Amino acid sequence: MNNPTDLRYATSHEWVRLDGDFATVGISDHAQEELTDVVFVELPAVGRSVDAGDPTAVVESVKAASDIYAPIGGEVVEVNPDVEADPSLVNTDPYGKGWIFKLKVKNAADVASLMDAAAYTAQIG
Amino acid sequence: MISELKSSPLEAAHVALGARLVPFAGWNMPVQYTSIIDEHTAVRTACGIFDISHMGQFIVSGPTAAAWLNGLLTNDIQKLGVGQGQYTLMLNEKGGVIDDLIAYRSGEEEFFLVVNASMIEEDFFWMASRQGEGVILRNESDLWAGMAVQGPTAVKVFAKVFPNETLPPRNGIMTTAAGSVVCRTGYTGEDGFEFFCPNAEAIGYWDQFLAAGAKPCALGSRDTLRLEMGYPLNGNDLSPERSPIEAGLGFFCDLEKGDFVGREVLVRQKADGPAVKLTALRYLDKGPPPRAHYPVLTADGAVIGELASGALSPSLMAGIGMAYLPAEFSKIGTPLQIEVRGKLFPAEVVKKPFYKPAPSA
Repeated sequence: MNNPTDLRYATSHEWVRLDGDFATVGISDHAQEELTDVVFVELPAVGRSVDAGDPTAVVESVKAASDIYAPIGGEVVEVNPDVEADPSLVNTDPYGKGWIFKLKVKNAADVASLMDAAAYTAQIG
Repeated sequence: MISELKSSPLEAAHVALGARLVPFAGWNMPVQYTSIIDEHTAVRTACGIFDISHMGQFIVSGPTAAAWLNGLLTNDIQKLGVGQGQYTLMLNEKGGVIDDLIAYRSGEEEFFLVVNASMIEEDFFWMASRQGEGVILRNESDLWAGMAVQGPTAVKVFAKVFPNETLPPRNGIMTTAAGSVVCRTGYTGEDGFEFFCPNAEAIGYWDQFLAAGAKPCALGSRDTLRLEMGYPLNGNDLSPERSPIEAGLGFFCDLEKGDFVGREVLVRQKADGPAVKLTALRYLDKGPPPRAHYPVLTADGAVIGELASGALSPSLMAGIGMAYLPAEFSKIGTPLQIEVRGKLFPAEVVKKPFYKPAPSA
Protein backbone atom coordinates (compact mmCIF):
# COMPACT_ATOMS: atom_id res chain seq x y z
CA MET A 1 0.00 0.00 0.00
CA ASN A 2 1.28 3.44 -0.93
CA ASN A 3 1.01 5.84 1.99
CA PRO A 4 2.80 9.09 1.08
CA THR A 5 5.80 9.76 3.28
CA ASP A 6 5.18 13.51 3.47
CA LEU A 7 1.95 12.95 5.45
CA ARG A 8 1.19 12.15 9.08
CA TYR A 9 -1.46 9.62 10.07
CA ALA A 10 -3.91 9.19 12.96
CA THR A 11 -4.76 5.76 14.41
CA SER A 12 -8.34 6.45 13.25
CA HIS A 13 -7.05 6.50 9.63
CA GLU A 14 -7.06 10.23 8.82
CA TRP A 15 -4.03 11.78 7.16
CA VAL A 16 -2.66 15.31 7.64
CA ARG A 17 -0.60 17.38 5.25
CA LEU A 18 0.97 20.27 7.16
CA ASP A 19 1.84 23.48 5.27
CA GLY A 20 2.92 26.19 7.69
CA ASP A 21 -0.01 26.71 10.08
CA PHE A 22 -2.47 24.96 7.80
CA ALA A 23 -3.29 21.26 7.75
CA THR A 24 -5.19 19.45 5.01
CA VAL A 25 -7.06 16.38 6.24
CA GLY A 26 -8.39 13.33 4.41
CA ILE A 27 -8.75 9.60 4.97
CA SER A 28 -6.15 7.01 4.11
CA ASP A 29 -6.16 4.67 1.16
CA HIS A 30 -6.69 1.82 3.62
CA ALA A 31 -9.71 3.59 5.14
CA GLN A 32 -11.36 4.25 1.78
CA GLU A 33 -10.76 0.64 0.81
CA GLU A 34 -12.39 -0.55 4.04
CA LEU A 35 -15.37 1.80 3.59
CA THR A 36 -15.75 1.11 -0.15
CA ASP A 37 -18.16 3.10 -2.33
CA VAL A 38 -18.23 6.44 -0.55
CA VAL A 39 -21.61 7.91 -1.50
CA PHE A 40 -21.88 10.92 0.78
CA VAL A 41 -19.55 13.28 2.63
CA GLU A 42 -20.87 15.62 5.31
CA LEU A 43 -18.48 18.54 5.64
CA PRO A 44 -17.95 20.65 8.76
CA ALA A 45 -18.94 24.31 8.92
CA VAL A 46 -16.12 26.69 8.04
CA GLY A 47 -15.11 28.55 11.18
CA ARG A 48 -15.80 25.65 13.50
CA SER A 49 -13.16 25.09 16.16
CA VAL A 50 -12.18 21.48 16.82
CA ASP A 51 -9.92 19.62 19.20
CA ALA A 52 -7.90 16.58 18.25
CA GLY A 53 -10.24 13.58 18.27
CA ASP A 54 -13.46 15.55 17.67
CA PRO A 55 -15.83 14.04 15.10
CA THR A 56 -15.55 16.66 12.36
CA ALA A 57 -16.93 15.17 9.15
CA VAL A 58 -18.97 12.11 8.19
CA VAL A 59 -18.19 9.76 5.33
CA GLU A 60 -20.94 7.38 4.31
CA SER A 61 -20.81 4.23 2.25
CA VAL A 62 -23.91 2.35 1.11
CA LYS A 63 -23.73 0.28 4.27
CA ALA A 64 -22.60 2.62 7.05
CA ALA A 65 -21.84 6.14 8.23
CA SER A 66 -18.35 6.74 9.66
CA ASP A 67 -17.14 9.73 11.66
CA ILE A 68 -13.97 11.45 10.52
CA TYR A 69 -12.02 12.83 13.46
CA ALA A 70 -9.85 15.92 13.56
CA PRO A 71 -6.30 14.52 13.85
CA ILE A 72 -5.15 17.75 15.50
CA GLY A 73 -6.85 20.80 16.98
CA GLY A 74 -7.62 23.94 15.01
CA GLU A 75 -10.22 25.95 13.15
CA VAL A 76 -11.87 24.70 9.98
CA VAL A 77 -10.87 27.23 7.31
CA GLU A 78 -11.83 25.40 4.14
CA VAL A 79 -13.81 22.35 3.04
CA ASN A 80 -13.61 20.46 -0.23
CA PRO A 81 -16.79 21.10 -2.25
CA ASP A 82 -15.65 18.54 -4.84
CA VAL A 83 -16.12 15.58 -2.47
CA GLU A 84 -19.59 16.85 -1.67
CA ALA A 85 -20.45 16.87 -5.38
CA ASP A 86 -18.56 13.65 -6.17
CA PRO A 87 -17.99 11.57 -3.01
CA SER A 88 -16.23 8.85 -5.03
CA LEU A 89 -13.14 11.11 -5.13
CA VAL A 90 -12.47 9.84 -1.61
CA ASN A 91 -12.13 6.36 -3.14
CA THR A 92 -10.30 7.23 -6.31
CA ASP A 93 -7.85 9.85 -5.02
CA PRO A 94 -7.79 9.71 -1.21
CA TYR A 95 -4.50 11.64 -0.87
CA GLY A 96 -5.27 14.20 -3.57
CA LYS A 97 -8.63 15.38 -4.87
CA GLY A 98 -10.36 13.43 -2.11
CA TRP A 99 -9.18 15.72 0.72
CA ILE A 100 -11.98 16.66 3.11
CA PHE A 101 -11.18 19.79 5.15
CA LYS A 102 -8.38 22.21 6.05
CA LEU A 103 -7.55 23.43 9.52
CA LYS A 104 -5.64 26.44 10.75
CA VAL A 105 -3.85 24.48 13.43
CA LYS A 106 -3.56 25.61 17.05
CA ASN A 107 -0.15 24.15 17.50
CA ALA A 108 1.76 22.84 14.50
CA ALA A 109 4.00 20.83 16.80
CA ASP A 110 1.01 18.58 17.62
CA VAL A 111 1.54 16.92 14.27
CA ALA A 112 4.60 15.22 15.72
CA SER A 113 2.27 13.10 17.90
CA LEU A 114 0.81 11.50 14.76
CA MET A 115 2.33 8.51 12.99
CA ASP A 116 4.64 8.74 10.03
CA ALA A 117 3.94 6.65 6.95
CA ALA A 118 6.10 3.75 8.10
CA ALA A 119 4.40 3.53 11.51
CA TYR A 120 0.93 3.81 9.92
CA THR A 121 1.72 1.18 7.32
CA ALA A 122 2.84 -1.08 10.16
CA GLN A 123 -0.41 -0.38 12.06
CA ILE A 124 -2.64 -1.46 9.21
CA GLY A 125 -0.20 -4.26 8.28
CA MET B 1 -19.66 -14.56 25.63
CA ILE B 2 -18.77 -15.84 22.20
CA SER B 3 -21.85 -16.67 20.21
CA GLU B 4 -21.68 -19.59 17.87
CA LEU B 5 -22.10 -18.38 14.31
CA LYS B 6 -23.19 -20.90 11.71
CA SER B 7 -21.01 -21.29 8.66
CA SER B 8 -22.34 -21.57 5.14
CA PRO B 9 -21.03 -24.52 3.12
CA LEU B 10 -19.77 -21.79 0.77
CA GLU B 11 -17.76 -19.95 3.41
CA ALA B 12 -14.38 -21.08 2.05
CA ALA B 13 -15.35 -19.77 -1.38
CA HIS B 14 -16.30 -16.39 0.13
CA VAL B 15 -13.01 -16.14 1.99
CA ALA B 16 -11.07 -17.06 -1.13
CA LEU B 17 -12.89 -14.28 -3.02
CA GLY B 18 -11.92 -11.74 -0.34
CA ALA B 19 -15.43 -11.23 0.96
CA ARG B 20 -16.09 -9.29 4.12
CA LEU B 21 -18.02 -11.60 6.45
CA VAL B 22 -20.42 -10.33 9.11
CA PRO B 23 -22.83 -11.94 11.56
CA PHE B 24 -26.30 -12.09 9.99
CA ALA B 25 -29.27 -13.93 11.50
CA GLY B 26 -26.86 -16.15 13.43
CA TRP B 27 -24.72 -16.90 10.38
CA ASN B 28 -21.30 -15.73 9.31
CA MET B 29 -22.24 -14.37 5.89
CA PRO B 30 -20.63 -12.14 3.25
CA VAL B 31 -21.86 -8.54 3.23
CA GLN B 32 -19.80 -7.57 0.19
CA TYR B 33 -16.97 -8.85 -1.98
CA THR B 34 -15.62 -5.72 -3.63
CA SER B 35 -18.31 -3.06 -3.80
CA ILE B 36 -22.02 -3.03 -3.01
CA ILE B 37 -22.66 -0.69 -5.93
CA ASP B 38 -20.78 -2.93 -8.39
CA GLU B 39 -22.60 -6.01 -7.13
CA HIS B 40 -25.94 -4.23 -7.29
CA THR B 41 -25.23 -3.09 -10.85
CA ALA B 42 -24.20 -6.61 -11.90
CA VAL B 43 -27.64 -7.91 -10.90
CA ARG B 44 -29.46 -5.06 -12.66
CA THR B 45 -27.46 -5.37 -15.87
CA ALA B 46 -26.15 -8.95 -16.11
CA CYS B 47 -26.13 -11.67 -13.46
CA GLY B 48 -25.20 -11.97 -9.81
CA ILE B 49 -25.13 -14.95 -7.47
CA PHE B 50 -25.93 -14.78 -3.76
CA ASP B 51 -25.27 -17.38 -1.10
CA ILE B 52 -28.66 -17.98 0.53
CA SER B 53 -27.65 -21.11 2.44
CA HIS B 54 -28.77 -19.42 5.65
CA MET B 55 -32.40 -19.52 4.56
CA GLY B 56 -34.64 -22.27 5.93
CA GLN B 57 -36.42 -25.10 4.12
CA PHE B 58 -39.41 -26.95 5.49
CA ILE B 59 -41.09 -29.87 3.78
CA VAL B 60 -44.78 -30.31 4.54
CA SER B 61 -46.46 -33.42 3.20
CA GLY B 62 -49.47 -35.62 3.62
CA PRO B 63 -53.04 -35.83 2.33
CA THR B 64 -54.16 -32.91 4.52
CA ALA B 65 -51.01 -30.77 4.06
CA ALA B 66 -52.65 -28.21 1.75
CA ALA B 67 -55.70 -27.70 3.96
CA TRP B 68 -53.54 -27.44 7.07
CA LEU B 69 -51.14 -24.92 5.51
CA ASN B 70 -54.10 -22.88 4.34
CA GLY B 71 -55.09 -22.42 7.97
CA LEU B 72 -51.62 -21.03 8.81
CA LEU B 73 -50.74 -18.96 5.75
CA THR B 74 -52.41 -15.90 4.22
CA ASN B 75 -52.36 -16.76 0.51
CA ASP B 76 -54.57 -19.53 -0.93
CA ILE B 77 -52.27 -22.51 -1.27
CA GLN B 78 -55.04 -24.53 -2.95
CA LYS B 79 -54.56 -22.34 -6.02
CA LEU B 80 -51.11 -23.85 -6.57
CA GLY B 81 -50.79 -26.61 -9.12
CA VAL B 82 -47.88 -29.02 -8.78
CA GLY B 83 -44.71 -27.11 -9.71
CA GLN B 84 -46.07 -23.68 -8.76
CA GLY B 85 -45.17 -21.35 -5.90
CA GLN B 86 -46.51 -18.25 -4.17
CA TYR B 87 -45.38 -15.53 -1.78
CA THR B 88 -47.31 -15.84 1.47
CA LEU B 89 -47.21 -14.84 5.14
CA MET B 90 -47.60 -16.57 8.47
CA LEU B 91 -49.41 -14.48 11.08
CA ASN B 92 -49.98 -14.52 14.81
CA GLU B 93 -53.46 -14.31 16.35
CA LYS B 94 -53.31 -10.50 16.27
CA GLY B 95 -52.73 -10.52 12.53
CA GLY B 96 -49.06 -9.55 13.03
CA VAL B 97 -46.40 -11.05 10.80
CA ILE B 98 -44.36 -13.94 12.13
CA ASP B 99 -42.63 -14.50 8.82
CA ASP B 100 -42.95 -14.03 5.10
CA LEU B 101 -42.04 -17.00 2.94
CA ILE B 102 -42.47 -18.70 -0.40
CA ALA B 103 -44.53 -21.88 -0.52
CA TYR B 104 -44.06 -24.16 -3.52
CA ARG B 105 -46.18 -27.17 -4.37
CA SER B 106 -43.46 -29.69 -5.10
CA GLY B 107 -45.91 -32.61 -5.31
CA GLU B 108 -49.65 -33.23 -5.16
CA GLU B 109 -49.36 -33.71 -1.39
CA GLU B 110 -45.98 -32.07 -0.77
CA PHE B 111 -44.95 -28.45 -0.19
CA PHE B 112 -41.47 -26.89 -0.08
CA LEU B 113 -41.35 -23.77 2.10
CA VAL B 114 -38.46 -21.32 2.10
CA VAL B 115 -38.40 -19.16 5.25
CA ASN B 116 -36.16 -16.43 6.65
CA ALA B 117 -32.95 -17.55 8.36
CA SER B 118 -33.64 -15.58 11.53
CA MET B 119 -37.07 -17.21 11.89
CA ILE B 120 -36.35 -20.91 11.23
CA GLU B 121 -36.75 -22.04 14.82
CA GLU B 122 -39.67 -19.79 15.67
CA ASP B 123 -41.54 -20.68 12.47
CA PHE B 124 -40.97 -24.37 13.00
CA PHE B 125 -42.09 -24.23 16.61
CA TRP B 126 -45.20 -22.26 15.64
CA MET B 127 -46.08 -24.79 12.96
CA ALA B 128 -45.16 -27.91 14.93
CA SER B 129 -47.25 -26.80 17.89
CA ARG B 130 -50.27 -26.59 15.56
CA GLN B 131 -49.51 -29.71 13.58
CA GLY B 132 -52.57 -31.25 11.98
CA GLU B 133 -53.71 -34.85 11.55
CA GLY B 134 -52.02 -36.55 8.64
CA VAL B 135 -49.42 -33.82 8.18
CA ILE B 136 -45.70 -34.51 8.16
CA LEU B 137 -43.56 -31.44 8.88
CA ARG B 138 -39.80 -31.61 8.43
CA ASN B 139 -37.20 -28.91 9.02
CA GLU B 140 -34.51 -29.59 6.40
CA SER B 141 -32.78 -26.22 6.81
CA ASP B 142 -29.46 -27.78 7.86
CA LEU B 143 -29.37 -30.08 4.82
CA TRP B 144 -29.74 -27.56 2.03
CA ALA B 145 -27.31 -25.04 0.63
CA GLY B 146 -28.87 -22.25 -1.40
CA MET B 147 -27.83 -19.82 -4.13
CA ALA B 148 -29.90 -17.09 -5.75
CA VAL B 149 -28.83 -16.45 -9.34
CA GLN B 150 -30.39 -13.16 -10.40
CA GLY B 151 -30.30 -10.73 -13.29
CA PRO B 152 -31.29 -10.31 -16.93
CA THR B 153 -28.74 -12.93 -18.05
CA ALA B 154 -29.50 -15.47 -15.27
CA VAL B 155 -31.41 -17.60 -17.75
CA LYS B 156 -28.27 -17.89 -19.90
CA VAL B 157 -26.22 -18.86 -16.85
CA PHE B 158 -28.74 -21.58 -16.09
CA ALA B 159 -28.61 -22.90 -19.65
CA LYS B 160 -24.80 -23.14 -19.53
CA VAL B 161 -24.79 -25.11 -16.28
CA PHE B 162 -27.85 -27.21 -17.11
CA PRO B 163 -27.96 -27.65 -20.90
CA ASN B 164 -30.49 -30.49 -20.54
CA GLU B 165 -32.85 -28.84 -18.06
CA THR B 166 -35.61 -26.29 -18.52
CA LEU B 167 -36.20 -23.47 -16.04
CA PRO B 168 -39.67 -23.53 -14.51
CA PRO B 169 -42.00 -20.60 -15.30
CA ARG B 170 -42.16 -17.58 -12.98
CA ASN B 171 -42.71 -18.65 -9.34
CA GLY B 172 -42.35 -22.30 -10.37
CA ILE B 173 -40.31 -25.11 -8.87
CA MET B 174 -38.63 -28.15 -10.42
CA THR B 175 -36.12 -30.81 -9.47
CA THR B 176 -33.09 -31.47 -11.68
CA ALA B 177 -32.04 -34.95 -12.77
CA ALA B 178 -29.31 -34.76 -10.10
CA GLY B 179 -31.85 -33.92 -7.37
CA SER B 180 -31.28 -30.17 -6.94
CA VAL B 181 -34.26 -27.89 -6.49
CA VAL B 182 -34.69 -24.92 -8.86
CA CYS B 183 -37.24 -22.17 -8.15
CA ARG B 184 -37.96 -19.30 -10.54
CA THR B 185 -38.09 -16.76 -7.74
CA GLY B 186 -35.87 -14.14 -6.15
CA TYR B 187 -35.58 -11.05 -4.01
CA THR B 188 -34.17 -8.56 -6.51
CA GLY B 189 -36.98 -7.84 -8.99
CA GLU B 190 -34.89 -9.31 -11.81
CA ASP B 191 -35.47 -12.56 -13.62
CA GLY B 192 -33.53 -15.46 -12.18
CA PHE B 193 -33.77 -18.48 -10.00
CA GLU B 194 -33.07 -19.82 -6.54
CA PHE B 195 -31.14 -23.05 -6.42
CA PHE B 196 -31.01 -25.52 -3.53
CA CYS B 197 -28.71 -28.53 -3.26
CA PRO B 198 -27.21 -30.71 -0.54
CA ASN B 199 -24.45 -28.88 1.40
CA ALA B 200 -21.71 -31.15 0.05
CA GLU B 201 -22.51 -30.17 -3.56
CA ALA B 202 -22.64 -26.43 -2.91
CA ILE B 203 -19.06 -25.46 -3.84
CA GLY B 204 -19.23 -27.43 -7.08
CA TYR B 205 -22.37 -25.67 -8.28
CA TRP B 206 -21.16 -22.26 -7.03
CA ASP B 207 -18.02 -22.63 -9.16
CA GLN B 208 -20.09 -23.69 -12.17
CA PHE B 209 -22.41 -20.68 -11.87
CA LEU B 210 -19.39 -18.36 -11.57
CA ALA B 211 -17.76 -19.96 -14.60
CA ALA B 212 -21.03 -19.45 -16.49
CA GLY B 213 -20.87 -15.70 -15.83
CA ALA B 214 -22.54 -15.02 -12.47
CA LYS B 215 -20.75 -12.41 -10.34
CA PRO B 216 -20.56 -13.07 -6.59
CA CYS B 217 -22.90 -10.69 -4.76
CA ALA B 218 -23.56 -10.42 -1.06
CA LEU B 219 -26.03 -9.24 1.55
CA GLY B 220 -25.27 -5.53 1.08
CA SER B 221 -26.48 -5.47 -2.49
CA ARG B 222 -29.23 -7.97 -1.73
CA ASP B 223 -30.64 -5.33 0.63
CA THR B 224 -30.41 -2.41 -1.82
CA LEU B 225 -31.88 -4.53 -4.63
CA ARG B 226 -34.86 -5.66 -2.59
CA LEU B 227 -35.49 -2.18 -1.21
CA GLU B 228 -35.57 -0.66 -4.72
CA MET B 229 -38.41 -3.10 -5.40
CA GLY B 230 -40.18 -2.19 -2.17
CA TYR B 231 -39.88 -5.80 -1.00
CA PRO B 232 -40.14 -6.02 2.79
CA LEU B 233 -37.39 -7.45 5.00
CA ASN B 234 -38.73 -9.28 8.02
CA GLY B 235 -37.38 -7.69 11.20
CA ASN B 236 -37.18 -4.28 9.51
CA ASP B 237 -40.39 -3.83 7.53
CA LEU B 238 -42.40 -6.71 8.98
CA SER B 239 -42.99 -7.43 12.64
CA PRO B 240 -45.38 -9.26 14.96
CA GLU B 241 -46.94 -5.84 15.68
CA ARG B 242 -47.75 -5.05 12.04
CA SER B 243 -50.21 -6.79 9.76
CA PRO B 244 -49.76 -7.48 6.05
CA ILE B 245 -52.59 -5.02 5.37
CA GLU B 246 -50.56 -2.31 7.10
CA ALA B 247 -47.46 -3.50 5.22
CA GLY B 248 -49.25 -3.12 1.86
CA LEU B 249 -49.26 -6.88 1.25
CA GLY B 250 -53.03 -7.36 1.07
CA PHE B 251 -52.60 -8.86 -2.40
CA PHE B 252 -51.02 -11.93 -0.76
CA CYS B 253 -53.84 -12.39 1.75
CA ASP B 254 -56.90 -14.28 0.50
CA LEU B 255 -59.67 -13.31 2.88
CA GLU B 256 -62.23 -15.42 0.97
CA LYS B 257 -60.42 -18.77 1.13
CA GLY B 258 -61.63 -19.73 4.59
CA ASP B 259 -60.23 -19.23 8.05
CA PHE B 260 -56.54 -18.79 8.84
CA VAL B 261 -54.65 -17.50 11.84
CA GLY B 262 -54.96 -13.71 11.95
CA ARG B 263 -57.75 -13.47 9.37
CA GLU B 264 -60.28 -11.70 11.59
CA VAL B 265 -57.91 -8.79 12.16
CA LEU B 266 -57.18 -8.46 8.45
CA VAL B 267 -60.87 -8.45 7.57
CA ARG B 268 -61.49 -5.65 10.04
CA GLN B 269 -58.47 -3.62 8.89
CA LYS B 270 -59.42 -4.03 5.26
CA ALA B 271 -62.99 -2.87 5.94
CA ASP B 272 -61.97 0.13 8.06
CA GLY B 273 -58.77 0.95 6.20
CA PRO B 274 -55.50 0.52 8.12
CA ALA B 275 -54.57 3.33 10.51
CA VAL B 276 -50.90 3.06 9.50
CA LYS B 277 -49.35 2.06 6.21
CA LEU B 278 -45.85 1.05 5.17
CA THR B 279 -45.08 4.05 2.99
CA ALA B 280 -42.40 4.50 0.36
CA LEU B 281 -40.35 7.70 0.58
CA ARG B 282 -37.82 9.22 -1.75
CA TYR B 283 -35.51 12.19 -1.24
CA LEU B 284 -36.21 15.20 -3.40
CA ASP B 285 -32.55 16.26 -3.41
CA LYS B 286 -29.15 14.78 -2.71
CA GLY B 287 -28.51 13.85 0.89
CA PRO B 288 -26.92 11.34 3.22
CA PRO B 289 -28.18 7.75 2.74
CA PRO B 290 -31.40 7.34 4.72
CA ARG B 291 -31.16 4.43 7.15
CA ALA B 292 -33.45 2.42 9.43
CA HIS B 293 -34.70 4.30 12.53
CA TYR B 294 -34.13 7.80 11.13
CA PRO B 295 -37.14 9.97 12.12
CA VAL B 296 -39.77 10.84 9.51
CA LEU B 297 -41.44 14.24 9.86
CA THR B 298 -44.25 16.13 8.20
CA ALA B 299 -43.48 19.20 6.09
CA ASP B 300 -44.34 21.19 9.26
CA GLY B 301 -41.75 19.34 11.30
CA ALA B 302 -43.91 16.99 13.39
CA VAL B 303 -42.40 13.54 13.90
CA ILE B 304 -44.82 10.91 12.56
CA GLY B 305 -42.67 7.78 12.43
CA GLU B 306 -39.26 6.36 11.63
CA LEU B 307 -37.73 4.55 8.69
CA ALA B 308 -38.12 0.78 8.82
CA SER B 309 -35.60 0.45 5.96
CA GLY B 310 -33.56 2.98 4.07
CA ALA B 311 -30.70 3.15 1.62
CA LEU B 312 -29.08 5.10 -1.10
CA SER B 313 -30.55 3.45 -4.19
CA PRO B 314 -27.61 2.57 -6.44
CA SER B 315 -29.89 2.44 -9.51
CA LEU B 316 -31.53 5.82 -8.87
CA MET B 317 -28.66 7.44 -6.93
CA ALA B 318 -31.31 8.82 -4.60
CA GLY B 319 -32.20 8.18 -0.98
CA ILE B 320 -35.15 5.79 -0.58
CA GLY B 321 -36.86 4.26 2.41
CA MET B 322 -40.02 2.80 3.86
CA ALA B 323 -41.78 3.82 7.06
CA TYR B 324 -44.99 2.97 8.88
CA LEU B 325 -46.87 6.27 8.82
CA PRO B 326 -50.40 7.36 9.71
CA ALA B 327 -52.54 6.63 6.65
CA GLU B 328 -53.26 10.32 6.03
CA PHE B 329 -49.55 10.84 5.26
CA SER B 330 -49.20 7.85 2.94
CA LYS B 331 -50.73 9.41 -0.17
CA ILE B 332 -48.44 9.58 -3.22
CA GLY B 333 -46.86 13.03 -3.46
CA THR B 334 -47.21 13.93 0.22
CA PRO B 335 -44.23 16.14 1.17
CA LEU B 336 -42.32 14.83 4.19
CA GLN B 337 -38.87 15.17 5.74
CA ILE B 338 -36.26 12.69 6.93
CA GLU B 339 -34.00 13.66 9.82
CA VAL B 340 -30.34 12.70 9.60
CA ARG B 341 -28.02 13.73 12.45
CA GLY B 342 -30.25 16.64 13.36
CA LYS B 343 -30.68 17.94 9.81
CA LEU B 344 -33.88 17.67 7.78
CA PHE B 345 -33.94 16.45 4.19
CA PRO B 346 -37.06 16.91 2.05
CA ALA B 347 -38.69 13.74 0.74
CA GLU B 348 -42.00 12.75 -0.76
CA VAL B 349 -44.23 9.72 -0.76
CA VAL B 350 -43.79 7.70 -3.95
CA LYS B 351 -45.31 4.61 -5.50
CA LYS B 352 -43.66 1.21 -5.08
CA PRO B 353 -41.54 -0.12 -6.64
CA PHE B 354 -38.96 2.65 -6.46
CA TYR B 355 -37.28 1.12 -9.49
CA LYS B 356 -38.69 -0.87 -12.40
CA PRO B 357 -36.29 -3.44 -13.82
CA ALA B 358 -35.89 -3.46 -17.59
CA PRO B 359 -37.72 -6.36 -19.24
CA SER B 360 -35.23 -9.17 -19.77
CA ALA B 361 -34.02 -9.87 -23.29
